[in-house]
Amino acid sequence: MNMQTGMKLSVAETALCEAYDHAIGELPGDGAVLAARDILISDFKEAGLPTRRVEAWHYTDLKALLRAVPAFDPAASAAKLAPLVEGSTVLSVVNGVADTRGSVEGVTLRTFSEALADGSGAEGLTARDSDDTIGRINGAFVRDGFVLDFPAGTDLAAPLEIQTTQNAGQTHTRFPATFGANVKATVIERHVATGENPAFVTTVSDISLSDGADITWVILQGQGAADTHLGQIRVTLGTDAKLRLYVINAGGKLVRQEIHVVVSGEGSDLKLRGINLLGGETHNDVTFTVGHNVPHTTSTEVIRNVIFDRARGVFQGQIRVAPDAQKTDAKMSCNTLLLSDEADFSAKPELEIFADDVQCGHGATVIDIDHVQLFYLMARGIPENKARAMLVNAFVAEIVEELEDEPLVEALEGVIAAWLEKHA
Amino acid sequence: MLEIKNLHARIAEDGTEIIRGLNLTVKAGEVAAIMGPNGSGKSTLSYILSGREDYEVTEGDILYNGESILELDPAERAAKGIFLAFQYPVEIPGVATMQFLKVAMNEQRKARGEAELTTPDFMRRVKDAAAELKIAPEMLRRPLNVGFSGGEKKRAEILQMSLLEPKLCVLDETDSGLDIDALKIVADGVNALRSPDRAVIVITHYQRLLDYIVPDTVHVLYKGQVIKSGDKTLAHELEANGYADIIGAAA
Repeated sequence: MNMQTGMKLSVAETALCEAYDHAIGELPGDGAVLAARDILISDFKEAGLPTRRVEAWHYTDLKALLRAVPAFDPAASAAKLAPLVEGSTVLSVVNGVADTRGSVEGVTLRTFSEALADGSGAEGLTARDSDDTIGRINGAFVRDGFVLDFPAGTDLAAPLEIQTTQNAGQTHTRFPATFGANVKATVIERHVATGENPAFVTTVSDISLSDGADITWVILQGQGAADTHLGQIRVTLGTDAKLRLYVINAGGKLVRQEIHVVVSGEGSDLKLRGINLLGGETHNDVTFTVGHNVPHTTSTEVIRNVIFDRARGVFQGQIRVAPDAQKTDAKMSCNTLLLSDEADFSAKPELEIFADDVQCGHGATVIDIDHVQLFYLMARGIPENKARAMLVNAFVAEIVEELEDEPLVEALEGVIAAWLEKHA
Repeated sequence: MLEIKNLHARIAEDGTEIIRGLNLTVKAGEVAAIMGPNGSGKSTLSYILSGREDYEVTEGDILYNGESILELDPAERAAKGIFLAFQYPVEIPGVATMQFLKVAMNEQRKARGEAELTTPDFMRRVKDAAAELKIAPEMLRRPLNVGFSGGEKKRAEILQMSLLEPKLCVLDETDSGLDIDALKIVADGVNALRSPDRAVIVITHYQRLLDYIVPDTVHVLYKGQVIKSGDKTLAHELEANGYADIIGAAA
């Protein structure tokens, strides 16, 4: 617990407390939800925003970095976007409010505001632990989102895109998703600013994969250059469940994306792939924890960072292996292409292993453009700036291609190319 | 076409002089073989011709069609028609072979003020050239040179050469690591490019490649200089007697 009782509140902390007082009267929820919200905001008032003295936030001093929080702006109008992958089913949340017209064939769907109104949404409105600032703020303020229930055996033909757009103010969304046994699906969680005004966004996805589920979940963050984005995904993996989790950050000013995975079924496999494209003055933090709690499970984590200008990046990755989780195989790597002398990247790998028959490893590299590769491309007549762009793109495209889903790979490569075009 | 005059060059990083007063003239239409023992500067010469930054020219000049190319970067030289087939082609994971070929061909065309190729035209050219070199379509779907065998890499170099249609081709030990069948395919590919307006420089250790790509001239490189030049019979002499006699005579 980070006790700072009696401390002076920062501008952002004050703004959040005042926003709660203003908003609470019209936020959806029954008595149980209201009680849960009150606990979260009172914990927040007590702890404040985390500083570098809080281990989990050491490289992202939120109290110092978050200078201001815009007020709610119900009048802000954001635009819906065409889906990232043509033919996807889109569930849209505009300016923090879910579009109730959405439906997905074979999937039971409700808006999260309904779940709050009838009290069923209260259960998840808790912080993971005393340092869970994102869970706390999101739980106190969450207004809407979608509750998705994929019945056992569902095989989703087209990708499902959960799309949140906003262009000002605050939005707080939540997406609990339950994948029944043997469900096969691709879900794209896409957060995009459609305007230039500073926005403050929190979002929490809470997903559980039952036995044999085979899921690709892509988080694509493309907020504006003035935006704060605090995202969290909580994952539970059942027996023989397979999750390919892609986290792509290509926007925002102050970004923290947390990924917390509980591996509770034997034979399950997690593939986490992260791409962080950082430019300008962005501060981007990806914090990952995985708990291998049962024997015979595997996870691989590959993070690729491309950093320009004065951007700063952080990756914290923690692998925990429980005492009886024998035969765990977990490998983590974090590779950074640092393209400016003023750019900065911090990587903190942590292995906590309590079982003796496991394979766990981690590695971190920081590199520049490979000069032999650059020469090779130029020797074929490709001008230097174009050759460099190809190599930067190759550095991250390599892991996108692992997806082996042609339209999705092409769409993500398009996002990367567009970002590089703008920033390189 | 190519005139190298009293060239001196060193490794930029540590100043080691590799090329020490090299003179060489190669005419349009000519196939020139450059032979020499290990460490004589053969590969360095190929890198200097293509403009690799790791080497510094300290004296002399390289004239290509009468103009010095020393101030041009590798991409500018390539656009002017200079092509180096690498001894060790570079693997680039994440760059698709087809995308690379298309960008290279179109960038060269742009630099020369020509229209970019249409996709069907590009595809047809690649398909035809790949068939000639017995390159399977699967290979072209992989990332550039990644997972290619030694022979496949060399054939991919010749494929690039035939697609880019350079005027001065420099082959740096293209025969190394090739079995006899692959060697014949590669040699056929090179021979198909022989023409009165194109010159080829073949850098090799062995006479073997020269049985298939018959040179017009042979030059022996030793300690960064051409110490003897002759016709194709010089290569046979070297094969029979080694370099010792020639080196001894030059010393």
